Order: sequence, then structure tokens, then C-alpha cells
Amino acid sequence: MKHTLSVLVENKPGALTRITSMFARRGFNIESLAVGPTERHDVSRITLRVDCETMPLEQIEKQMHKLVNVLRVAELTPGESIERELALMKVSAPPGKRAELMALGEVFNARVADLGPDAIVFELCCAPEDVDSFEELVRSHGLQELVRTGRIGLGRANKPKPNRPRQHVLA
Amino acid sequence: MKMNGADAILRCLEAEGVDVMFGLPGGAILPLYDAMARGTTVRHVLARHEQGAGHMAEGYARASGRVGVAVATSGPGATNLVTPIADAWMDSTPLVCITGQVRSFLIGTDAFQECDITGITIPIVKHSWLVQDVNELPHVLKAAFHVAATGRCGPVLVDVPRDVQEAELDFSYPDSISLPGWKPPRRGHARQIAAAATAVAAAERPILYVGGGTLNAHATDELLELAESARLPVVTTLMAKSAFPESHELHAGWPGMHGPKWSNWALNKADLIVAVGARFDDRVTGKVSAFAPGATIVHLDIDAAEISKIRHADIPVVGPLKPVLTQLKKELDEKKVESRTEPWLRQIDEWREQFPLRYRADGELLKPQKVLETLQELTAGRSDVIWTTGVGQHQMWAMQYLQCDRPRSFISSGGLGTMGYGIPAAVGAKAARPDATVVCVDGDGCFQMTAQELATAVLEELPIIVVIVNNGYLGMVRQWQDMFFNERFSQIRLTQSLPDYAALARAYGALGFLVESEDELEDALAQALASGRTAVVDARVDPREHCFPMIPAGAAALDLVEFEDENGDPRPGRDEVATRSLPLGTP
Ligand SMILES: Cc1ncc(C[n+]2csc(CCOP(=O)(O)OP(=O)(O)O)c2C)c(N)n1
Ligand SMILES: [Mg+2]
Repeated sequence: MKHTLSVLVENKPGALTRITSMFARRGFNIESLAVGPTERHDVSRITLRVDCETMPLEQIEKQMHKLVNVLRVAELTPGESIERELALMKVSAPPGKRAELMALGEVFNARVADLGPDAIVFELCCAPEDVDSFEELVRSHGLQELVRTGRIGLGRANKPKPNRPRQHVLA
Repeated sequence: MKMNGADAILRCLEAEGVDVMFGLPGGAILPLYDAMARGTTVRHVLARHEQGAGHMAEGYARASGRVGVAVATSGPGATNLVTPIADAWMDSTPLVCITGQVRSFLIGTDAFQECDITGITIPIVKHSWLVQDVNELPHVLKAAFHVAATGRCGPVLVDVPRDVQEAELDFSYPDSISLPGWKPPRRGHARQIAAAATAVAAAERPILYVGGGTLNAHATDELLELAESARLPVVTTLMAKSAFPESHELHAGWPGMHGPKWSNWALNKADLIVAVGARFDDRVTGKVSAFAPGATIVHLDIDAAEISKIRHADIPVVGPLKPVLTQLKKELDEKKVESRTEPWLRQIDEWREQFPLRYRADGELLKPQKVLETLQELTAGRSDVIWTTGVGQHQMWAMQYLQCDRPRSFISSGGLGTMGYGIPAAVGAKAARPDATVVCVDGDGCFQMTAQELATAVLEELPIIVVIVNNGYLGMVRQWQDMFFNERFSQIRLTQSLPDYAALARAYGALGFLVESEDELEDALAQALASGRTAVVDARVDPREHCFPMIPAGAAALDLVEFEDENGDPRPGRDEVATRSLPLGTP
């Protein structure tokens, strides 16, 4: 079973390393990982796609919670969240094939980011599953290079923002 | 107040109430040692090896229930601390390690004695800090002590570049700090505790399976009260040995790989297991799928990640054990149900009588078990004895034969199984409890890993007694090769007479005793115990002795292999095979 986790971490050196090291050590599988800033300058968000074949999701979440830099771990449940991924794909496109490929791209809302004498670079920003589909389609045309950012996600607009992480102040 | 970073570190330690730290200086930590020379109320114990310093800090923490502090320089000093840090991680021992680092502007350049110690230790610390600004030091140290000792205890590391130690700051120790990502639970869930009480009241064969977390939680009184009022039998793991008085009628021994048969039966045939600060370690469960097949599990732990990690918990309670145990007892009291455990307690007692620990007391040679039995006899009734151990057969015999009635009187490396733990841990325990008589039960192999700390014990006037159960072998490995590798012995022979341990002890300014037979044993041990000095007793024991019972790795706990007497299977201590296939150590 695959799950998407949204993790808020303190924006401190080493925070990401601690998480990835813990995943490696405990034998958890990360399929994709994206890190970036949030609405707060001192907090970063890590979106993780994890494969929980051998280890229950709960165990992964609990181990992450124990890390001092981790503020909150939440699962992005399908249906209640928006997930997106950015991909760039360089596809072989000799002049005779160009039109056909561009038409395919249009169906997927893929933008032509660059055009060369015999290749097109497509840019997609959509649900990760649609990236998969487009990737499969263009593969037969000669997929020369591919890069994906890994998915990012947020709760849907009708879902209230989770509370700010509680401050733990000791006496 | 204006001061430099190094002085500030000492003021922080003083503010935390630290009375002893253990360490060894070097280039990158020189400013801190210079600050010590200028003055501090914190005693520094100079170890001979940073691994020793680390284990001393662990022994100190385990004997006192407080945070241990170890100090080392950058590079090799820091890497020498890695083993104690890993050990403290596995055994949840609260430790603050302070390491020097090369100057900030040299970090990343492969400078002399530069080493990414925060990187190396990421998997084995609760948290670590590389201090980049001297003004952060007071906050970082406050956080370090807080994180080490709250929630599930464990080691933290503070790496301080030399220039940060030398930089000036306006010092004040913070009263409070903000750690938004560190929120250990403060109390257990009331409804879960009530459910646990209902399960305990309904059980016919309940048992408390107590782990080291109980000692870390300072919850031994609460444990005793609960056990007595609900008449619950108690097994204590190696890490929890001494958490429950072992002379108490409700103490049902120690479960696990070398636990007595009756203890393993009590745990595995229970219908309800209340795990108290224990983590279902493989050394306790044996084959997990066959562990306590009929038991409902109540799991009390401060660490939510331990719940259902190995064995599904039917009723988990996450919280600090002290209030959780108090509340559980209160709930049970309020139910006012008669305890139904008497038949079960009688059953366990029958097993206890039926399956006592046994060994064959024949032949000329001193039996290792006899050494432990004699130590127990000589110290029976004394409340001032603290035991530490190495790792191996001698450790398991110590667990089996020593009776510990007072919390924190047995200190051993459980999770990591670190050979060489015993001597430095004893020195640390002595520093924590100067009034105690600290005895390290060591193996000849373990002794040779950290014997240099005898110098520390002698010169720092932290006298310890080391009893070497000297079988001339890496005995535990020998046992495994004998039992599971078709008696193909490989690289295990140490030789009983080399070094001459008693002479080595004397070279260190300690007392040295050689015991070659049972007649000499009691006298030597008694003299060592009474000496008030650091003393080493080299007890030459029968090298062929195996430690039984034993649950072979991966086997079900109920399938443990017992000692067999002359009429049974001759495998244990199989004399002729051992003598044929390799020469015994020269007596
Ligand atoms: C640092 C370390 N290295 C290796 C081992 C593996 N090991 C476990 S017990 C043991 C033998 C210990 O020998 P000794 O100290 O003489 O104790 P004995 O078993 O003979 O009582 C070894 C090598 C270990 N636990 N720790
Ligand atoms: Mg040995």
C-alpha cells in the first residue's frame, strides 16, 4: 500500500537527513520526496510517498514523530487532498512526428517547454497519476529523458487548516 | 555576564546540577578544558579512552537515574564515543555527549581531526546539535539535557567548534526554551488505563513483564505497589533486573534467551501480559510468532512507537509509567474484586521448584556458576552493592545467580551487548554512588577491551572490584560454535594465563588475586570486597561450561534447551569433544 505523508519540519540544518536516515535504517521505502518552504519561514514541508508493504504506516508515522525537528505528520488521504507533480519529458520528435505528439500533449495539458530539431521537451503539472499516463503514452515515441519532482500535496480547500503545531515550553 | 563559550558550557552544566563528567581532552576541546582549569564545581574524571568515558557516563546515569555527561575532542575522540552512544541508544540511557569540533571556517575542508560526528551519530542519537553561534550555546545545552531525560531517555550529542568555545557571549541560562517538535506524552489515556484494569481483573494468569523503562521512569515503587495489591507475578528483563525486589515472592525471574525455564514458562503461558516499559526484544520473545500464544497484551510505554512494533498490543497505554502505574492500581482498587491469581502463583512456584537452575558440580575445576553463587552469598543482605557486567556467558550467569533487591543495583549492556562495558560502567557507578560497593562481573575477553580504565579507578579514587570469570575463551561464542556450528571452534581461544591478570592489576596499583580452585575462591572474594581498594580477582573457571537454559536464536521460548544431567543428552559441557578438538587454555 502506498501513502502520501505531509510532514512539517523545523527549518534547521540536518532535519531532512534525520528523516531520510531514519527511513533507511528502519527499512521503510521512500518512493518520492519533495521539500520546500511553507507559509512560515521557520518551517519546511516534506511530502513523502511511502510504500508500506512490510511496515505499517502507523509505525512510520510514530518513528517520525519522535524526531525533535518534526512538528507534524499527517497523511494526505485520497479524495480529501490535492496532489500535484511537475515533470519534464524530452521526447524524440522528428519533424514528421511533431504534430502528433503536440496533439497528445494537448490532451494532457502538457506545455511545450522547448522544441529542438528532433525532440520536444514537455512540461506537465498535474495529478501524479496523469503524469504516469502521459509518460506511458510518449514512451513508445522514444522518451529520451525524464525528470519528476515527486509529488506535493495539501488538504482540500474545504478542509480547515490543521492547528499550528503546539508549542512545547518547559518550565 | 560576559564570558567565552567554554566557560558558558561549564555554567550550563552547573545549572543542570551535573556533579561529574567523564572525558579526555584534545585539540578541538582545549578551550573547554582550559575553562575547567579556571574553575568549576563539576568534577572531571579523566578516562584513558573515550569509550571508557562514555560507558562511565552510562554507568553514572544508570546508577543515579540522572543524565550522564561525556566529553571528547573532535575526530578520533568523537568516534571513540560512538560505541557508548550506540549502547545508550539501545538501552535508553540518558546521556549528553559534548564533543569539540574543528573551527567553523575549517568545517568541510578535511581539516586535521575533522570528522562529521553529528552525521555519523544520526541513527543513534535522539537529537544532536552542531553549535554554530556562541549565543545559541545556553539554549542548546538546556535543550540537550531536556531531550536526553524526557520521554524515552537516550543519548544526545552537542558538537562545539573550537572558535565557538572561544567566542564571547553575554551568558544567562534560560529558564525555559521552546522545542515545538518535542512533545513527550505527559499522562496516559484514562479510558485505556481503565480498559487495562478491566483486563487485569479478569485475567486468570496475568503477569507483569517489566523492562528497563521502569527504572528510567523512576516507577519502581509504583510497580511494587501494583504487583502486591493485585497479586501479580513479575518477570524482569536483563535491563530491568533490580527494578523489582528479587527476593520478593512475586518475583518470577528473568525471561529470555538465558532465563530460567520457569520464568519463560510463566511469561509464555500467561493469559495476560502487562508489558511495563519493555519492548518485546528478540532476546526475550524468541520466535515472535510463537511467543506467549495465549496472551492478551497490555502495553504500557512512554514511546508510542514501541506499541505494536513487534507484538500487537490489545490495550496500549502511552504515557509516563509512574502516573500510569499509579492510575492502574487505583482503577483496580476501585473495582474491589478479589485477586484470582493464587492458583497461578502456585503454578509458577511449582515450576520454580521443578526447573531450578542447575549445573554439574563435578570435576576438579572451579565452576563459573560457583563464582557467582559465592559472590551472591558473600553479599546477601547488603544494600550497598551495585553490580556491573561485561557481555557473554558471565553476564548471563550474573543475571541468573545474583539477587538484586534495590533499584539500579544491576547495570549491564543489554540492547547493544557491548563487550568492555563492565569496568568503565563500574567506575561511573562508583562516581555516582561513592558509598556503594561496586562489583564488575567481567569476562576475560571483555576485561581486555577496557582494562585501561583500572588506572582511572585507582587514580581518581573510584575503587571498584572486578571479578573475572576467566574461562580463557570468548566463551559465549564458543558455546554457539559448539551448539550450532558442529563444534567447529574458530578464533575463540584467549588463554587463561595470558595476561597474568592479578599481576596486571598490581601494575595498575590495584590489588590482584588469583583463584585457581574452589578452596581459594571465598577468601579472595571476601578480601577484595573488604579491601576498599580497586581489586581484580582472576577466577580461573572450567572453560567447558555452557550457560543454560538457552533458547536457541529463532526458536520458540517454550522450546528452550535445558541443562541435562549425566543421564540426558551429553551435549552441554561435552568434555571429550572439547578436549579433542582444541587444547584447553593452560591452567
Ligand atoms: C564489542 C563486542 N565484540 C564482539 C562481541 C560478540 N561477543 C559476544 S559475547 C563474546 C565473548 C565474550 O567473551 P568473555 O568476555 O571472555 O566472556 P565469556 O562469554 O567467556 O563469559 C563475544 C566475542 C560483542 N558482544 N561485543
Ligand atoms: Mg571468557
